[in-house]
Amino acid sequence: MTHTPTSGSTVSGPAWLPGPRRAAWAESVDRLRDAATTEPGRLRIIGAVLALLVLVFGAVTAWQISARSTAARDVATRSEPLSADAAEIYRSLADANTTAAGGFLVSGQEPAAVLRRYQNDVHTAAQLIANAAANSQGSADTQNQVTLLNEQLPVYTGLVETARANNRQGLPLGGAYLRYANDQMNGTLLPTAKKLYQVETGRLHDDYAAAESLPWAAWGLGVIALAGLVWAQRRTYLRTNRVFNPGMLAGTAAAGLALVWLVVGHTWARVDLGDSWDHGGKSLQVLNQARIGSLQARGNENLTLVARGAGAAYEDAYEKGMTTLDGPRGQKGAGGLLSEALSLADDSGGRTPVQQAVDGVAEWRSRHAVANGDDTNGDYDSALAYVIGGKDSSGKEITQTTGQSFDAVDKGLQQAVDHETGEFQQTAGDARDALTGLPEGAAVLAVLAAAGAVLGIGRRLSEYR
Amino acid sequence: MNGSSGTGRSWRRLPHRRPRLRGWGGVAAMAGACAVALTATVLPLLPCDAASQGAQPSQGPGLARAQQVSVDDSCAHPEASLRPSSASGDAVRRIQQRGYLAVGVDQNSYLWGYRDPETGQIVGFDIDLVKAIAKDVLGGDAKIVYRTIPTDQRITALQQHSVDMVVRTMSITCARIKQVAFSTAYFEVGQQLLVPKTGTSVTGFNDSLNAKPVCAASGSTAEALLESQSHGAQLLRVPNQLDCLVRLQLGQVDAVLTDNALAAGQAAQDPAVHLIGQPLTQETYGVAMNLGDTDLVRRVNKVLDDYRAGGANSPWMQSYNKWLAHNLPGVTGPPAPVYKD
Repeated sequence: MTHTPTSGSTVSGPAWLPGPRRAAWAESVDRLRDAATTEPGRLRIIGAVLALLVLVFGAVTAWQISARSTAARDVATRSEPLSADAAEIYRSLADANTTAAGGFLVSGQEPAAVLRRYQNDVHTAAQLIANAAANSQGSADTQNQVTLLNEQLPVYTGLVETARANNRQGLPLGGAYLRYANDQMNGTLLPTAKKLYQVETGRLHDDYAAAESLPWAAWGLGVIALAGLVWAQRRTYLRTNRVFNPGMLAGTAAAGLALVWLVVGHTWARVDLGDSWDHGGKSLQVLNQARIGSLQARGNENLTLVARGAGAAYEDAYEKGMTTLDGPRGQKGAGGLLSEALSLADDSGGRTPVQQAVDGVAEWRSRHAVANGDDTNGDYDSALAYVIGGKDSSGKEITQTTGQSFDAVDKGLQQAVDHETGEFQQTAGDARDALTGLPEGAAVLAVLAAAGAVLGIGRRLSEYR
Repeated sequence: MNGSSGTGRSWRRLPHRRPRLRGWGGVAAMAGACAVALTATVLPLLPCDAASQGAQPSQGPGLARAQQVSVDDSCAHPEASLRPSSASGDAVRRIQQRGYLAVGVDQNSYLWGYRDPETGQIVGFDIDLVKAIAKDVLGGDAKIVYRTIPTDQRITALQQHSVDMVVRTMSITCARIKQVAFSTAYFEVGQQLLVPKTGTSVTGFNDSLNAKPVCAASGSTAEALLESQSHGAQLLRVPNQLDCLVRLQLGQVDAVLTDNALAAGQAAQDPAVHLIGQPLTQETYGVAMNLGDTDLVRRVNKVLDDYRAGGANSPWMQSYNKWLAHNLPGVTGPPAPVYKD
């Protein structure tokens, strides 16, 4: 790459030779300057600039609105379902663990219903994890959590199976395996599932923000293009006293329509998106948290009995979970997440199932107080009967258990989740529909507006021939 | 809940397990036998033995004669307890007024104190002893509240009076007698290594442990032993000795250190592991109580006296034959009580 001094001076362009490139652009500038001094020349320039402005407005509108339309579609069809899936992964895993711990409390062989519930939970979790993997779309954060879940879930189920096999042989080693499995669940799987939920919910918020962000560039260009068109018509009017230029007028109308469509359509979509969050998304977040809270309370209630006298920490965790779910003990009416869910539910379809959950929790807490009192006073058999059913220490069959209350709470919350998901899908779908056709329409209108401006100017130009 | 069906089930359980234990029996039973034989005969001659002078550790029916030893600061006889008495003091009256006996037990020590998954009841050698004590203090249909506690919570539970006594394979040691009161000894054990039968390079409690992960229960005498003589082993602490067997089966540790009585319970649950080497310590199990409950200590010692009496038909021997004889054979009787007053 070394050059001799002579060839180097040739490349840099000696000053005594006329530069061919400089001459080319200088000439066109000169030509423009000459054109601008004559009216036809000025008209041509104005026409070109107006057409360009309107076309750029159309292109930017199409681009910005299709980005927002994609984001609005993603809210409804991708990120919200994935966020809900992540919550369901967490719920299934926690439910599997709670069910396994509950199965351990049952003497002898686990009932078929317990086994089936555990298997369903694991099946659901595995399916949703695979789904999350397929939809991770290059998000390294999602992939990391999914990989970890994929690795850890078989380890967990393996430990539970070993626990079961030992239990069946009458060996206490089964209990030790179950404790270890519980540690793995609480130490690895659930925190990973929680992180996945946070990542997916973060993507939901990103999509909301992308869909709702104001298209300033399109708005600004629209206003400038319209102002340019109006100015050009006023100029024509002042110079020729002709009030109307049909071409320019049509162009202005098209550009104006595009701008109005842009502002109204997107604002409409923003309102719908806001509604979908206020009347669906927010409720879903609270309801999902409530479901997880009730599961954790149930899990800790079971573990208190599994630990048998050494369960003070689990009892505290139960009480903490219940307080988060329903407010402090002994208060009137619902508190905590459930009262939040009640106030967020905006119709009877949403309120009724939440109210069922509230009633279930009240019943659960009063039954738990009886069970816990028995446990503290050393009547383990009665405590166990109040939690999972069976005969108490006096041989009486206990039919009203905390397990039934928990199931009622879970059922109510599940129905509420289904209802709010429906509302969410409805309004989020409306938001997407509000933007339908807007990018294409804006592009067509911009082309029409540009054509109108060019035709209008052309008509004026023809007067000079 | 239902006593008769519970007994019926446990009656079926033992014969069902017997063939499997016979199969396992060869090496491990011999190791167990050696352990007990060594504890009883060889160890008293070793310098590390704390009880070689006053106590008579060799066991046998009718040999359980009481010894009295002098107690000084050197702690030569941690197992020396208070003379038995059936007089009721504050502690005994407290239990009688409350109406139930709160006992700290374990639900993981197979054959000693464990939850039978089939019946959901806690059973074992320790539990038989608890029932004998409860019957004496509270009468025929005594109510017992079992509180299962982790190994490292035994002393705290006693000090806080959340249990009246701990009957949970608890070794009497010089450090512990400063914190809690013990009854007379009711079983003799020694720390021993438990390893897989195949595929291990651990040969004993020696430098073959170097850089290998070894498991022990937190707050156990095994943990203390590994802390003082680690042989380069990396100590993994878990809440319960049975958690060690889980780690061993999962390949997370190369060996488990616990006493041979508990290790025999582990080996009985997994035919692929066995005890190696000789017992490293000589320890005795005792019923632990609050230091202030001296009347209860004497009462329990009186129960233990009755429990040991009767030679081959003593309640002690009956319980031994029911729970331990298959996996911890060769014991001919309880250790003799030693008193300090």
